[in-house]
Amino acid sequence: MSGPALRLALEIDGDGAHPAAWRRAAHSPDHLLTARRTAGVAAAAENAGFTLVTLEDGALPPGGASDVVGRIGAVERAAFLAATTSVVGIAPVVPVTYAEPFHVSSQLASLDHISSGRAGWVVGDETAPEAARAWGRPPVEGAQARAREAADGVDVGRALWDSWEDDAVIRSVATSRYLDRERLHYVDFTGGSYSVKGPAIVPRPPQGQLVVIGRPGAVPADRLDVALVGGPDLASVTAAAAAVRAQVPRVFAEVEVALDTADAPAEDRVADLARHAPWADAGRLRYTGSATGLSALLGELAGVVDGVRLHPLVLDEELPVLSRLVIPALVERRLAVRPLAAATLRTHLGLERPANRYATAVPSARQLGEIR
Amino acid sequence: MTRTDPLDVPRPDARVHFGVFFQGVNHWTVWSDPASGSQIDPANFRKVAQTAERGLFDAFFLGEGLRLREVDGRIHELDVAGRPDAVTQLAALAAVTDRIGLVSTSNTTFNEPADLARRLSGLDLLSAGRAGWNVVTTDNAWTGANFRRGGYLDHADRYRRAEEFLTVARALWDGWADGAVSGAADAPNWAAPDAVRRVRHQGPQFDVDLAPTLPRSPQGHPVIFQAGDSGEGRDFAARNADVIFSAHGNDFDDALAFAEDVRRRLRAAGRPEDDLRILPGTEIIIGATEEEALEKKHWIRLQQVTPATALGVAGLLWGLDLSDRDADGPLPKEDPVVTENDGSFGARRVADPRAVVAEWREKAEANGWSLRETVIRLGPQRGHVGTPAGLADRFAHWVRHGAVDGFNVTPYLIPDGLDDIVNLLVPALQERGVYPAGYAGTTLREHLGLREPLTRRAG
Repeated sequence: MSGPALRLALEIDGDGAHPAAWRRAAHSPDHLLTARRTAGVAAAAENAGFTLVTLEDGALPPGGASDVVGRIGAVERAAFLAATTSVVGIAPVVPVTYAEPFHVSSQLASLDHISSGRAGWVVGDETAPEAARAWGRPPVEGAQARAREAADGVDVGRALWDSWEDDAVIRSVATSRYLDRERLHYVDFTGGSYSVKGPAIVPRPPQGQLVVIGRPGAVPADRLDVALVGGPDLASVTAAAAAVRAQVPRVFAEVEVALDTADAPAEDRVADLARHAPWADAGRLRYTGSATGLSALLGELAGVVDGVRLHPLVLDEELPVLSRLVIPALVERRLAVRPLAAATLRTHLGLERPANRYATAVPSARQLGEIR
Repeated sequence: MTRTDPLDVPRPDARVHFGVFFQGVNHWTVWSDPASGSQIDPANFRKVAQTAERGLFDAFFLGEGLRLREVDGRIHELDVAGRPDAVTQLAALAAVTDRIGLVSTSNTTFNEPADLARRLSGLDLLSAGRAGWNVVTTDNAWTGANFRRGGYLDHADRYRRAEEFLTVARALWDGWADGAVSGAADAPNWAAPDAVRRVRHQGPQFDVDLAPTLPRSPQGHPVIFQAGDSGEGRDFAARNADVIFSAHGNDFDDALAFAEDVRRRLRAAGRPEDDLRILPGTEIIIGATEEEALEKKHWIRLQQVTPATALGVAGLLWGLDLSDRDADGPLPKEDPVVTENDGSFGARRVADPRAVVAEWREKAEANGWSLRETVIRLGPQRGHVGTPAGLADRFAHWVRHGAVDGFNVTPYLIPDGLDDIVNLLVPALQERGVYPAGYAGTTLREHLGLREPLTRRAG
């Protein structure tokens, strides 16, 4: 069975999905947190044909004591990558459990400007109570309370993106007015635990609204443009996708992949890293094996979801295989599409550019007549 | 001004440092001219940063505003407004520049230290040691209305919070030992277990207990800039800053007096008096002749001070809504209304409006000036106007006498407003031996000739 072609996303944080992935990386460990490394991975993903890269983040160190404990902020990396890539969509993980939504909204709108409309937002979730200490705030306890913070954060972010109409900058020399205040709007947001006045300081993003991505449950599904769904097998992914389909325009399946390389079978590579740390089960579909097998699995998923987000065991090892063997095979059979130059992430995902909620009506012919 | 003998001056080896301030909200950026580009298009940020880098500028600055300006409770329409988040924009510029410093103005009142320190640290790593932080404070609830915490800070607490904020940020930046991360894939751990120090801070403003997630950059810490002019602000700078971004850049005597005051405060704080750079903000207008430069200045002033802007500036001074008056007519007959809070935010306040209005009336009458002409001539004066040679002589004199260490230039046009400075003034300065022929190093700290970060010096 086959549906519309898949959009492919890649999670590129650290050295890969496995906590010990750094041991198999193609660079020395102390080069992970550098500009060259950051740009190199994104360039490889863009060239391979991914539609989107995502960048995991959080206030706490990414791994345990023997794992990678350093990480540059996802928004900073994303902005840097916006300037080193030209086609691929870029979505940092930004939790709003404790962060200031006004800052988050500004940062993401700026990312969309910097990338000419290629930005997304993976709404994160600070689950560890210790993260609260990084923000000087009391812990938000429980999944439900965190989901409420996420909902408020997305709502205020989206309202601020609309708080400038697209044409708010009028540059009216005759009246000396740079802005038209009628096209700027106080959002007057009041949520569960705070309020925000508005308007934004950043003009409306090129996409109007960034593509908002998240896990249903962590974020109420009706706030999302793209839902990321897990499940240990095809049947559970299918069920999870069906459960949110009515509320979310696009559904992506989360897939962890370990692939056979020229050097070693996937099983051996997983076993090698298992000597150092277990590859914890995150409740996601996990594929271990040949490129052909993965292509077949993704072909099956094409009938179930709109896209997949891949989490490679080791970026430096899986990415070349994905690039040479998996993606070309899918594209050739029209099971996956490569993004086009000069298009926005929304366009790549087949999503419309949303109308501005505050936009006032276009002047009528009569009014134009009066001006004339 | 006469040419100084470079050897008969207090600082014969002094050089001019330039930064460029890409302004976000102001009426000094001319937007009405056809050559004036978008204030948000990333290509224009890139163009300005790359031109500045071609001119061997030390730094590219971005300001910050956390709420759109209002006058009498309504959004102010006349000025350039709408800007990107500073750290985010600078992270993108890190990818398209190689040497120039990248300085973010970021507020200590409406940020948390762990978050902001990490963002700046990320910028510092991605730029390989070129980040700077212009530390600013706010106390007003008006800005606070955009944040979770609201307007919670007493005026007196804002520098206390800023200082404690900086203490926490520096502790996080110092949290990783040099060479903390292993160079080999077969090491027992990615980072040596003792090389990453947890930061535990409990103070009146902050309670942080956190393992920092970033190593030090090639320059150690982001360079600290400070822009407040009050006694409190100057003392804060003397204790903490590497650079003062001052407002004393128009008049030599005023600049020198400010510099001497800062040096006194530095000594009192136990720092060497050459430990801090003073870069006033300025506008530079260049012509082939003095006359041409003055003509150009007048044209620029007319673009900057439009009739509506003139009425707005005068309205703030008078404390009255003058928007229905004729800017090209005489000054208002009314006396100024002095109020505690005129409902305007983000605008300059005048200390004694009655005295200023009296002076304006006298001079306008004596010279036959309209209201707009009076605002142009007597409103805030800014910048330096002249030929490349004349300006180069003047700036050489200023730096060699220790009045400034250079300037933070605000181009009046985006994106090409730096071209004359880079193409004409920089070579003239180089001829006089007060401007380098190339970058001395790769980090912002090296460009500015600064010592190690304050917390990283041998006791």
